Amino acid sequence: MSTLERLQRWLGLGGSCAPGIRPDTRKARTRDLGIQRAPLPPQVSLALNDNSHKPWAETLLEVNDGDWVRAGQRIARPVGHLALPMHAPISGRVNLTGAAAITSTREHASDAPGIVIVAEGCQQILTMRPLAADHASPEQIFERIAEAGIAGMGGAGFPAALKARAAHRAGIDTLVINAAECEPYITADDALLRHDAERVVSGALILARATGATRIVAGIEDDKPEAAEALSAALATSSLPADVVIIPTRYPSGGERQLIDRLLARRMTPQQLPVDAGVLCHNPATLAAIHDAVIRGLPAITRIVTLAGQALSAPGNVEARVGTPAATLLADAGLDTSRLAKLIDGGPLMGHQRSLASAATTPTTHCLIAATEQELPSPPPPSPCIRCNDCVPACPAGLAPQQLWWHTRVEDDARAKAHGLLACIECGACDYVCPSHLPLAASFSDAKRRLRVADAERARADQARARFDARKERMQREHDEREARRQARKAALRRPAPKTPADDHAPTSSAPADLRSLRIAQAAAKAALRKAEKALERAAQQQQPSEVLADLESQQSTAREHLEAANAQLDAARQEAPTS
Amino acid sequence: MTAPSLLGLLLLVSLIGSCGLLLGWLHRRFGAGEDGLVQQIDALLPQTQCGQCGYPGCRPYAEAVEQGEAINKCPPGGDTTIAELAALLGRDPVPLDGEATSTTMVAFIREDECIGCTKCIQACPVDAIIGASKLMHTVIADECTGCDLCVAPCPVDCIDLLERPPAMGESIRLIASDRSPGEHHVNA
Repeated sequence: MSTLERLQRWLGLGGSCAPGIRPDTRKARTRDLGIQRAPLPPQVSLALNDNSHKPWAETLLEVNDGDWVRAGQRIARPVGHLALPMHAPISGRVNLTGAAAITSTREHASDAPGIVIVAEGCQQILTMRPLAADHASPEQIFERIAEAGIAGMGGAGFPAALKARAAHRAGIDTLVINAAECEPYITADDALLRHDAERVVSGALILARATGATRIVAGIEDDKPEAAEALSAALATSSLPADVVIIPTRYPSGGERQLIDRLLARRMTPQQLPVDAGVLCHNPATLAAIHDAVIRGLPAITRIVTLAGQALSAPGNVEARVGTPAATLLADAGLDTSRLAKLIDGGPLMGHQRSLASAATTPTTHCLIAATEQELPSPPPPSPCIRCNDCVPACPAGLAPQQLWWHTRVEDDARAKAHGLLACIECGACDYVCPSHLPLAASFSDAKRRLRVADAERARADQARARFDARKERMQREHDEREARRQARKAALRRPAPKTPADDHAPTSSAPADLRSLRIAQAAAKAALRKAEKALERAAQQQQPSEVLADLESQQSTAREHLEAANAQLDAARQEAPTS
Repeated sequence: MTAPSLLGLLLLVSLIGSCGLLLGWLHRRFGAGEDGLVQQIDALLPQTQCGQCGYPGCRPYAEAVEQGEAINKCPPGGDTTIAELAALLGRDPVPLDGEATSTTMVAFIREDECIGCTKCIQACPVDAIIGASKLMHTVIADECTGCDLCVAPCPVDCIDLLERPPAMGESIRLIASDRSPGEHHVNA
């Protein structure tokens, strides 16, 4: 596939058969309306990820139930290395008890406890000290991006500071502004660029300078000429060489890897990240948030959300505080609940379906679609794959979804992997074209997860094997050492030496112990000799019978012999161990 | 039989013989050998080193399986391992001998209650417990295989087996756009 594409590119045919799909974009209703500032919500709800099963994303709440917090005040600090700090989007009172009922859309209700803040008091936003972007060190910029709690605002919500630090470490040359906004309905980045391209470019320049990128390339689809114009105008004054590349409107041209390949002709393996290809990629909303954090000291507590769908009488783009209940936002946009069939957080292809009662915006919510049943009808039940191959030209990663489906539906993940499953970006383009309405992308995402689990298990098994082998080796070594010592001891005992009383109760193990026991034996022999001499003296004074005297004399001579033997042994041992 | 046909026969036999010798030498020099098979079997075992198969570790069991031991004696591996072993060795898959246990456990020492007897340290097959005599011990969770071997020796019963939290790559939802298992795309 890639060889074929390379050939096509070489022949100048690259653009003629671009992969992807062309769904009805449905952007006309909101694209020209500008950005309205949403009224401050009476309350916001946020999800706190302190789930102990996700230690890398753990966040620690810093406020108590009933506390008054100011807008912009940090209310939770990150613990895990992928976690972000959380700031109060509005001033008000923290309510943790009623939080179970309403949770933000970021996690499922069971996944994370919620925090509700009920608006109260002065609503002025607490800001951080602005940084002088031209003089700040890269580390200061990254630190500020982390402090402001900026997550990628295009959908994945990956911490922007981590991405920036990785880019700085890896040494990148290009910053890509991903303004493709390829999914239907969404016009948030379009509106932001038309309205405020300077902020986006300022954020891009700050990030480019901090990460060491030497040029900026923006990719934007050809259905947004006004935004492209505004971006070009703003980039014209930029201090770095900059390019705006217009690409055909196709879903998913805004996929990070697809866009980088399209703009710079740089490919990545599924294991590689854009930074490995020398690229850092962000969407306009994230760059504007970086500008706000650095230049104005604002934490990431607002974002632009497209409110769309036929169930709304007044759709448009609004700048809303994070955590604003979807019901509040949509009511202001003229929601007709009787026509609402589906509420989608995100676009119709990548979004998640939510319930109106519990949904609230998150830092990654770029769109809320209040769709009627006619607009986004529920798909009919899936029927078997007919191998029509429609999904193959749709796949942006150049995979053959129908072949992958064959393997993933029977969980033959190894074969699916061999067919390139890991390159799947789960964009859902194959689902869109599938005449059998098969849940292809969901099945691929499950298979990818199974593969990740299997990989983790294999890594653990390898580690355990290595440790088990290391332990076995250690125990063998210890056993050998013990055995060697035992042999040495045996050899020492077998060495010819006069038998002394010391031998009976002084087992020798090593040189110092040997010396000590010999010294004790010598002292005992000396004492025995003195005792024998005294006994003989006393017997001589008391004029004992001669047999008794003879007996004592022989005892004394035996004791003397023992002492001499002990002395000889001690000398020998001292010569053997001259260090002691 | 004429001389030329005899010569042809001789030539044929010597050719076959030399080919056989060459193949034999190649096999010995480059072939996977029996050690290779043991390694392949060992690679399929979960490396819990729990000894539930009756052998002191996964490698000894792999050696025994290579010698003809049953392939259904690894409870932590379960049916998956049996199926993989059966495929590798060309044997028939058999039901697991014993009760399936989960490998996703991790030992945890209630440190307040630990008396520092070092019995669990000696029992651990992967040296995942640190501590010294009369001092508190603790489990290095990342190294623990959840084999259960430290639980029985503990004189004060202060070791629990807890469920192992998933590693980052195994997580259900790592980034915001990830889907829960079974959650379909809106369009599908």
